[in-house]
Amino acid sequence: MGAIYVDTEIQRATINQDECVECGTCLRGMSQEHLNPTMVRTVRRLARMFRFRFEPEPDVCPTAAFVMNDLEMPRLIRQIFSDPVVEHKSTGIKGRGTEEVKTNDVNPRVTEGEVGYTIEFGRPGVGVRFRDIEEMAMELAQLGVHFEAKNPITHLMTDTATGKLRDDILGEKILSAIIEIKTTLDHVEEVLETVERVNLRIDTVTAVGISTRCDDRGEETRLAGLLEELGYGAERAKTNMGLGRATNLQAA
Amino acid sequence: MTNTLHRYGKSESFRDDFILFCIPSPGRNDQGAVDKQKAFLRICAKHGPVNMGNGNRGSFRPERHLDPTSHWKRHLDPDWEGVISGVSKPGTVAAVFDTREKAEACLREVKEADLGLSVNMSTSVSGAKEVAESCGIARHSVEYSLGFADPHDHLPNSQVLGLSTMCGHGMVSFNMARKMLDMVREGRRTPRQAVATLARFCPCGVYNPARAMRLLQEARKQSG
Repeated sequence: MGAIYVDTEIQRATINQDECVECGTCLRGMSQEHLNPTMVRTVRRLARMFRFRFEPEPDVCPTAAFVMNDLEMPRLIRQIFSDPVVEHKSTGIKGRGTEEVKTNDVNPRVTEGEVGYTIEFGRPGVGVRFRDIEEMAMELAQLGVHFEAKNPITHLMTDTATGKLRDDILGEKILSAIIEIKTTLDHVEEVLETVERVNLRIDTVTAVGISTRCDDRGEETRLAGLLEELGYGAERAKTNMGLGRATNLQAA
Repeated sequence: MTNTLHRYGKSESFRDDFILFCIPSPGRNDQGAVDKQKAFLRICAKHGPVNMGNGNRGSFRPERHLDPTSHWKRHLDPDWEGVISGVSKPGTVAAVFDTREKAEACLREVKEADLGLSVNMSTSVSGAKEVAESCGIARHSVEYSLGFADPHDHLPNSQVLGLSTMCGHGMVSFNMARKMLDMVREGRRTPRQAVATLARFCPCGVYNPARAMRLLQEARKQSG
């Protein structure tokens, strides 16, 4: 995000609170020393004075200076959508999406002839405001798509028929979020065209995942063929190997 | 969570990037899932992974109490046992392999173990298909990545993207990836040191240190 910078007026590293998405990476990802801040600053100033290259480990905070903010709504929503080790209460899983087709063998969501989409905003490394997500959701809603009920963004909609999100969160910036929808195969072109068109208006990056069920022999040519026809190259995929089954006593 | 799906690169560049993960479905097969996930990770650990993770931590981990002398003796090796014993509740656990052969052997053993949890492979489209066929598995479902769309030119160059997108949650920042590229180019860090630094930021353990090492070594002599 580039939210941390050195404020030359106060001569201290500072966090731009508007840009910070509360992902927790600075606190969790950095290793820590617990050195005296005055001593650390003095050493740095001396090194700078003599034009010495000061080259500490880039992932070590020498003074263990980071602390998490006490968060309340609506700012709390930043952490929920940005910190991957925080669990979404709405989904029961960590991260910004849901099970998608990762458990399609156990919990069928996308069947043959259907197509699931994960439309992700803000990733990689750019971030997104909820008002931009809303803009996309409202355009997609006009196509009559089905929003996945167990998706965290769907939980924030005040009206799933229009794709409208809660007003109090629209200005909040997050690392990324995923709209999850489902259509039949014949709607793929208009959905992808809509995503491309709306992306031109919203100031962020998008990444689309598009999924379907394979046939009994494990083959999948319909969606792959259609994507190729439409000019989308799919280099990478996530493949559910079909080894799962319901084993819970009440589910089996 | 699509934290392994959208990695920057062409199909061929995933030749050393095979991620296997298992995941329970709440209410369907999450009873007893913790033990099954530990069993999955133990199987993976036998087949020479380059990283593993349990959703809370990866095998490369930040340290909380360094002292100034530790700058010259950072831990650069993965900790498999910490990842396995750290599984405390049902969730996603993952292992990363740097060859198709290792991933295939691992998947074959996972299939035989019949854990009942959903098992997914994230790699090139053709790579996963070939591994499945070789293991006698009929793929159930597939999710294709259509890559990144950046109409407003926010994204950095391909070298930075290749390194940073291996943490799909975005915990490896562009700035950190760029810094590591520069430090390796200028001989201020070895690729192995740089890779460990990057991998420590990925709490899910899906960052691929072997691919990162290759990308860093290739980038050494190329402009961005």
